[in-house]
Amino acid sequence: MIEVKDLVKLYGGRRAVDRLSFTVEDGQIFGLLGPNGAGKSTTMNIMTGYLAATEGDVLIEGHSILNEPEAAKACLGYLPELPPLYTDMTVGEYLRFCAELKKLPKNDREALVSQAMELTHLEEQAGRVIGNLSKGYRQRVGLAQAILGFPKFIILDEPTVGLDPKQVVEIREMIRQLGKDHTILISSHILSEIRAVCDKVLILRHGQAVACGAPAELEAKLSSSGNLELVVRAGVQAAEAVLQKLPGVNGWTVLECTTDTVRLSIASDRDVREDVFFAFAAARLPILELRPRTATLEQVFLDLTDDNDAVAGRAAALLGGSVPAEQPAAPEETEEKEVSGDESDL
Amino acid sequence: MKAIYKREVRSYFNSMTGWMFVAALTAFTGIYFMARNLFYGDPYFASTLNSILFVLLVLVPILTMRSMAEERRSRTDQLLLTSPVSVTSVVLGKYFAMVTVMAMPVVIACLCPLIIKLNGTAFLKADYAAILAFFLLGCGEIAVGLLISALTESQVLSAVGTFGVLLLLYLWDGLVDYLPTTAAGSLTGLLVLLALVCFLVNAFSNNWKVTLGVFLVGAIALACGWVFAQNSFAGLLPDVLGRFSLLAAFNSFSVDHVFDVRGILLYLSLIALLVFLTVQVVQKRRWN
Repeated sequence: MIEVKDLVKLYGGRRAVDRLSFTVEDGQIFGLLGPNGAGKSTTMNIMTGYLAATEGDVLIEGHSILNEPEAAKACLGYLPELPPLYTDMTVGEYLRFCAELKKLPKNDREALVSQAMELTHLEEQAGRVIGNLSKGYRQRVGLAQAILGFPKFIILDEPTVGLDPKQVVEIREMIRQLGKDHTILISSHILSEIRAVCDKVLILRHGQAVACGAPAELEAKLSSSGNLELVVRAGVQAAEAVLQKLPGVNGWTVLECTTDTVRLSIASDRDVREDVFFAFAAARLPILELRPRTATLEQVFLDLTDDNDAVAGRAAALLGGSVPAEQPAAPEETEEKEVSGDESDL
Repeated sequence: MKAIYKREVRSYFNSMTGWMFVAALTAFTGIYFMARNLFYGDPYFASTLNSILFVLLVLVPILTMRSMAEERRSRTDQLLLTSPVSVTSVVLGKYFAMVTVMAMPVVIACLCPLIIKLNGTAFLKADYAAILAFFLLGCGEIAVGLLISALTESQVLSAVGTFGVLLLLYLWDGLVDYLPTTAAGSLTGLLVLLALVCFLVNAFSNNWKVTLGVFLVGAIALACGWVFAQNSFAGLLPDVLGRFSLLAAFNSFSVDHVFDVRGILLYLSLIALLVFLTVQVVQKRRWN
C-alpha cells in the first residue's frame, strides 16, 4: 500500500503540489489524471524519492520515503517521463546494470533481465546500443527497467507519450498484464488511456485533487440523476426564485446569462422536466430550451481541470451536487462566483 | 556503489575520454622523462612529475566535466536517485571510477624510476613517494572537478569552471605573496574568509541560526585574538592561506625529497571535504 499524506511542494513561491493525500491499495491500477503542469510528475518524483517534499510524507509499505529511503525504494520500479537511459550502453548491459543497482540477488539477475526483456519484447534488441534505438524502443527499455525484478509497486509517468497507436495498444496491454499481480500507479493527461486500464482515478488540478473514484463510478455519478440544462427568458433572480420553490431540485448553477436569458444547469435526483415546465409556465417565464445534460467523463475532466476557477468550481459542484443532500451549499457558492465572473466580463 | 563504479569505468573506456586521459598523461610523462631524466641526466623522476603538473590542469577538467553534469542533463540521475542506493554511494562510485582512470597512467609512470635504475643511480624511495603525492594531488583535483560538475548541467561550464579553480590552486603560492602582511590587513582578510565560510554554511544548511552561530564563534575568536595578541596578526593571512597550498605540499616531495605527512593529510582531507560537499549539493537539489 502506498499512502500519500498532505504532500506540499513549493517551487519558489508556486505550489506545484498542494495538500495532496491519497492511498493506493494493493493490486490496484491507479491513475493520476491531469493536464500538463497539474503536478503529476512532481508527485511521482516525490513518491519515488527523487525530489523531497516541502511538507507531508509518502509511506510505501509503511516505509517513509524520507526516513527509510532505501527500504522504500526497494519496493518501487519507476519509469520517469523521460526514460533514464545511458545512450552509450547496449540494452542488455543497461538492464544488467539496473539489476545490480536495484540489488537483485546475484544468481537471479540474468533470469530477471531476460524476463523483463521478454515482457517488453526486447529480446532481439538486447545487443543494440540504446543511442541508436527509436523512441518506441527506448520507452520499452525504460519500462523494462521499471519492471525489472518485479517490484511490488510500479510507477509509470506517461508511459505512452510519443508512441505510435500500435505501440500504445501494446504498452496498455502490457500494463493490464502486469496489473494482474502488481500494484501500478500510472499518470497521463489522456483520459481514454486512464479509462482503458485503471481501476481508480485521481483527477489533479493545480496540484490539488479534484475528484477520485473508479472511472465508471465517476461517469455514473455525472451522467445519472437528471441533470438538466435549461435556457429561460428571465433574469437570474427571477429564475432562481422559481427553482427555489421546486421540490426535487437539489441545486443549480448558472452557466451563462445574457441581458434577457439565462442558461442553468439543474441537479436533481428524479425526473423533474414536467415540474420545471409547469413552474416556469406559472411564473410566465418562457422556457426556450430544456434538455437532459449527459456529461461524458471527457467533458467533466476538461471542466474539472479548466484553468478558469469558475468553470472548474462549477464542474466540481456538479460532481458533488449529484449526490443528494451532501453539500447543499456548494452550488450556491459557485453560482455567486459565476455571476460575479460574468459581471466582470460585461 | 559497485554497480555505478563498474558502469562508470566501462563508460570511460567505451568513449574516448578514458583512453585520451591515459594516453595524454602517459605521453607527456614520457616526453619529459626522456628530456629530463634520460637526456639531461637528472636522477630524480620526481622532477619530471613536477614539470608535468600543468598537464593535469587541462586533463582533469576533461575527465570530470561529464561526471555529474551529464547525469542531470540526460535525466539518468532519476534512475540513480530512485534506486535503493544512497547519494553517498552514487557520488563515491563515480569518484572512485575517475580515480581508477587517474591511477592507470600513474601505474605506467611507476616504471620510470626502474628505467633510471637500469641506467645508473636511482632514488627509488623518493621517486615513489613523489608518485604517490602526484596521484593524491590528481585525486584532489578530480574531487574539485566532481564538485563543480555537480553544480551545473552543462559540461562546458563544468570544464571551464574546474579549469579556473585548478588554475587558481596552481598559482596559489604566487597569489598569496600579494596579500597584505600588516596586522589590520590580515584581520580584514580573515573576516572576508569568515564571511565566505558563513555564506557556504548558509547555502548548505539553509538555516540562518547555524550560520549566525558559525559567524559569532569565528568573530569572537578573531576579536579575542585581536585584543590579546595583536602582534601575531602580522603576516597571519598569507601564513594561513599558504598552508593550504597544494603545490607547496607536492614540492616537499618532488624538490626537497621529504615524505611530507602533513601534505598527505592535506590532500586526503581536501578530497573528503569536496566529496562530502558534492553529496550535499546533490541532496540539497532535491529540496529546491
